[in-house]
Amino acid sequence: MRVEQIAVFLENKSGRLAEITSILADNGINIRALSVADTADFGILRLIVDKVEAAEQALRGAGFTVGKTNVIAVEVPDRTGGLAMVLKSIKEANLNVEYMYAFVNKTGENAVLIFRFEEMDRAIETLLKDGFTILESQQIYNL
Amino acid sequence: MANNKTTYWEAEMETLPRAGLESIQLRRLQHLIERVYRTVEPYRRKMDTAGIKPEDIRSLADLARLPFTLKEDLRDNYPFGMFTVPLDEVVRVHASSGTTGKPTVVGYTKKDIDTWANLMARALACAGTSSGDMVHNAYGYGLFTGGLGAHYGAEKLGATVIPVSGGNTKRQITIMKDFGSTVLLSTPSYALNLAETMEEMGIAPQDLALRVGIFGAEPWSENMREEVERKLNLRAVDIYGLSEVIGPGVAMECLQTTKGMHIFEDHFLPEIIDPVTGEVLPPGEQGELVFTTLTKEAFPVIRYRTKDISSLCYDTCECGRTLVRMGKVTGRTDDMLIIRGVNVFPSQVEHVLIGIDGVEPHYQIIVERDGSMDTMTVEVEISDKVFSDEIKQLEQLTRQITHDIKDILGVTCRVKLVNPRAIQRSEGKAQRVIDKRKI
Ligand SMILES: [Zn+2]
Repeated sequence: MRVEQIAVFLENKSGRLAEITSILADNGINIRALSVADTADFGILRLIVDKVEAAEQALRGAGFTVGKTNVIAVEVPDRTGGLAMVLKSIKEANLNVEYMYAFVNKTGENAVLIFRFEEMDRAIETLLKDGFTILESQQIYNL
Repeated sequence: MANNKTTYWEAEMETLPRAGLESIQLRRLQHLIERVYRTVEPYRRKMDTAGIKPEDIRSLADLARLPFTLKEDLRDNYPFGMFTVPLDEVVRVHASSGTTGKPTVVGYTKKDIDTWANLMARALACAGTSSGDMVHNAYGYGLFTGGLGAHYGAEKLGATVIPVSGGNTKRQITIMKDFGSTVLLSTPSYALNLAETMEEMGIAPQDLALRVGIFGAEPWSENMREEVERKLNLRAVDIYGLSEVIGPGVAMECLQTTKGMHIFEDHFLPEIIDPVTGEVLPPGEQGELVFTTLTKEAFPVIRYRTKDISSLCYDTCECGRTLVRMGKVTGRTDDMLIIRGVNVFPSQVEHVLIGIDGVEPHYQIIVERDGSMDTMTVEVEISDKVFSDEIKQLEQLTRQITHDIKDILGVTCRVKLVNPRAIQRSEGKAQRVIDKRKI
């Protein structure tokens, strides 16, 4: 039910973003989703890739600080209201969202929402109960 | 591993109650000042200029009224101008190489050599060494005080000394293995060198009988201690000394704690001063270490400024010694920064970082001038341990470092997290400070 996400420390906000994407490309790693969170001083790049271990190794080797976290990927029909329905379910269950980002799959039919919750187990329980589709790692990589 | 039972060489002097110790110190100090004033012209001239006479020294607090002695004073009176006895009473000289200009020459009478051997025996006993030990002395023999100083002390103690000196590392390892060396004396960096060479030779630390390593003559960190202990399978202790004061055997860490080295105060009177104002600082504060020798004959020093940054702790030690402890030397006054009127030692920043769980002491200080205002930025390498994918966690970390630096150094700084190894390191010696204020 959980998807592994890679987080990379960015010293100067998005300064070395291009370098990171080219390192991954050189190692034959595909990026499924990407998001940058930043402050005035630094940034954090969050990535969903198809080869987690290889990506981690390649980035560490290039001198980056890398971390791994579990996130939840929820698939919703890509139409108005898809996101709103998920957020409503989360709000009603009083779940705290640490962060979220979204991407649209190749066919453009569905959107995938990536969430990091304070209470991951309860979040999974809630979303399943409310009838949402939670994707497994393999499903994301194959999108 | 070494056991933790305290072994003394001169138990009575090492465990004297403070009042008794201070009365001995005062008597010796008065005697010293009187003798130096009478016999050494440069000291007499300085004291006259300061308007102080030997009879003005009535308490230990009066020491602070005496002028400092600087390395330059010794250099100006090269080679023997600061000796208090005629040369025919001097039985040995040592010299420290000057990286700039002339070396500093120090001399010893027969009694000085004996005092020194005795203190070095104290230091060795403090680290658990006894007459049954095989002492592998890899300090350099020669003009440098390390080799001969340690040698005489180990002999005095009755241990077996291997005067191996520096160099020929492979042969040293063979000797350690074949002779069963139990105590290693060397610089900490040479100890690491030995460990690496052992690895190349396929010799495991368990193949050796080493129990304890007494390392000094250069600054070293707690990380280095941990590394040497692991790689050589021994207990690593710190020793302090400098030729201007006597050589090795001025202060020694005991086996009971790793919180500083006991200064042999019945022979050396320590002070910590503000390196800028010269004012004496209270116990616990970081500043420049200053020594006055109380018993040396040929070459005593009065308030000699070591340029080493340390602090003094008068708390009772678990080992039972009442002698004050000096903290590990964390830097040199030459490295000191003055930021908005506050003295800042890069080592203090290191201490703050070590104190925060998961943070590595890899940092760089950047000082700039913004108008008439000094600004200090501390760049801290972010380790995998403290990295988080959540902004708020990293912001919290930044705030904590800023807060702790303000708390301990009294200076507000900007903390910037950076990638590991982004801060240049060369040969393990990182450039800690970039001062852009200088034009
Ligand atoms: Zn002790």
